[in-house]
Amino acid sequence: MSLILARDIVKTYSTGEIEVQALRKVSFEIMEGSFVAFAGPSGSGKTTLLNLIGCLDKPTAGGLVVAEMAVARLNRLQAAKFRGKNIGFIFQNFNLMPVLTTFENIEYPLTMVQTLPAQERANRVTALLESVGMADQRNKYPEQLSGGQKQRVAVARALVTRPKLVLADEPTANLDHDTAHMIIQLMKKMTEEFNTTFIFSTHDSRIIGEAEVIYTLEDGRITNREVAHAQPV
Amino acid sequence: MRNLFKIAVRNLLRFRRRTLLTTSLICLGVVFVLVFNSVTGSFKDLMIGQITDSFLGDVQIHRRGYVASIDNLPLTMNLTGKDLVLIEKALANTKGIASYSARIKFGGLFSNFNESTNIRINGVDPEKEFATVPLLPSRIINGDKGAKSLSNPLMKGSILVPELLARGLNLKTGDTAVVVATNKDGSVNGKTFKVSGILESATGPGGRDGYIHIDDAREILRIRNKEVSEIALNLKNLGGAKQVAKALQTSLAGALNKKGKPKFEVHPWPKLTPFANIANMIDVITFFIRLILIAVVLISILNVMMMSVYERVREIGTISAIGTPPRTILSLFLIEGFCLGVFGAIVGVVLGGGIIFVLNTIEIPFQFGRGGSFVLAPTVHPLEVTLVSALVVAISILASLQPAFQASRMEPIDALRHV
Repeated sequence: MSLILARDIVKTYSTGEIEVQALRKVSFEIMEGSFVAFAGPSGSGKTTLLNLIGCLDKPTAGGLVVAEMAVARLNRLQAAKFRGKNIGFIFQNFNLMPVLTTFENIEYPLTMVQTLPAQERANRVTALLESVGMADQRNKYPEQLSGGQKQRVAVARALVTRPKLVLADEPTANLDHDTAHMIIQLMKKMTEEFNTTFIFSTHDSRIIGEAEVIYTLEDGRITNREVAHAQPV
Repeated sequence: MRNLFKIAVRNLLRFRRRTLLTTSLICLGVVFVLVFNSVTGSFKDLMIGQITDSFLGDVQIHRRGYVASIDNLPLTMNLTGKDLVLIEKALANTKGIASYSARIKFGGLFSNFNESTNIRINGVDPEKEFATVPLLPSRIINGDKGAKSLSNPLMKGSILVPELLARGLNLKTGDTAVVVATNKDGSVNGKTFKVSGILESATGPGGRDGYIHIDDAREILRIRNKEVSEIALNLKNLGGAKQVAKALQTSLAGALNKKGKPKFEVHPWPKLTPFANIANMIDVITFFIRLILIAVVLISILNVMMMSVYERVREIGTISAIGTPPRTILSLFLIEGFCLGVFGAIVGVVLGGGIIFVLNTIEIPFQFGRGGSFVLAPTVHPLEVTLVSALVVAISILASLQPAFQASRMEPIDALRHV
């Protein structure tokens, strides 16, 4: 079943009199439960595309449907609500709240975005801490964690609301090779465990091959779509 | 809400030095306002108490037009016996009056038989007068100390002479002096008095008057009925002077003069002494001190919250991206401002209370006019503490509003790009 359907998406940025076309008539379809990578060099439009899918920005032209919602029509408040319910985010710089512990960072979306009873919150967070292998670090603050550990927490935080889609913009850019590989494996494992669609952007050739579907972007256009063979997790 | 408070407090503790500095500024402001208000308030209350309790009374009742002509002490504008009956009835029906004293006021010639000068005299019933202006006996600095006792009041044939006149005429206790006054019908009469005491001067009109027994006043002025110049009241609560005056004025409104206007005028103490202007000035200064506090809190909180928002743009972008509603982000920053205000107010109240306690312990003396030495006893009313604290917290929230609104309106995509 289709989760994302993009038709001729155009995104243009205006800086004074200069217009820059970040995306030029991009079309694609992503199925539920898939593990997808957008690859390409810097400036190719990967982040712009993820921002549009994540309802953080709106396309200049074209149609974009995410989880059966034409997201371009959402206003600021509706978009925030939609993101809180359907989309999890993983950032390149981890972006954890420095004043919250590992447990509290993962719990944050359940207290501030959704409102779940305390017991259910605790159960969900504890289960995710186990899944990402951070149960013994639950009371540590981000500054006490390594980069890889922070990104594991970020993965857990992205999944705690049980979203249909998780977007990860360059999730391994600040990690060494081994840790990057481990995070990608974790994301793949989570895809299977929670049947969540994972989309990540990268220009790291070492991890691109881990994706089931790889879209290659160049100068705002999709130049290649590659379906990889299933790989053991 | 609990989570919002948790995050807000932790964010404040995250920038400890800045939080400490801001809280200290607010705290200093609160301390300054509380100590200033308590000291000036106590000074004001002490002075008002001195003036009203040593000669003026809290409220005075006269015949209409008397106060406007008070410099002449006109005998033609005295209250008659019938007026007194009406007034006493009104006094009996008015709540909050502790005591009252009728006075005959007149001007005359005062002589030690060698030299003479003019004098303002109050003819009073000592028992009632001492109950109405209880600090009057304490002004007797030299002489018949028995006059301080209600059991042995100002005797007939004796006079309490104001200090300046006694010095000018070289009069001492036990000396004889004569008072000569013009009567209502234009004739002149005089009476010899024994100086029973020297009265310390007090600041304000009437603070340098002499005192004789009311029967002696009637004798000099050849008044055969019960007429008096004024009635001074002592209230159970000085703060209620305006209300009591208004109630009496209403109660006496039915008595009209020949022109069809109210026959009597009732004045609370602020209408009778220039010190009321000083008291008003103190109130104005207090108001401006509060304004300074507001400015200090406003600038401190606004500054710290703007810094806080600027430094946490990416954080705001992150929580906004993961779906935190704008109103939650708004609340988060408002709560931070609220907490800063609350911390500052609590510490300020505790410190301010401590300083006021110390000031009371060391008993600071001060002089006021020729009124002698007083001991400053600063006190702060719980209502004032509540008002100042509420003001600080309200201004803290108000000052956080703009930065909080800015944070809540931030586009997540722009905030996430922020370096």
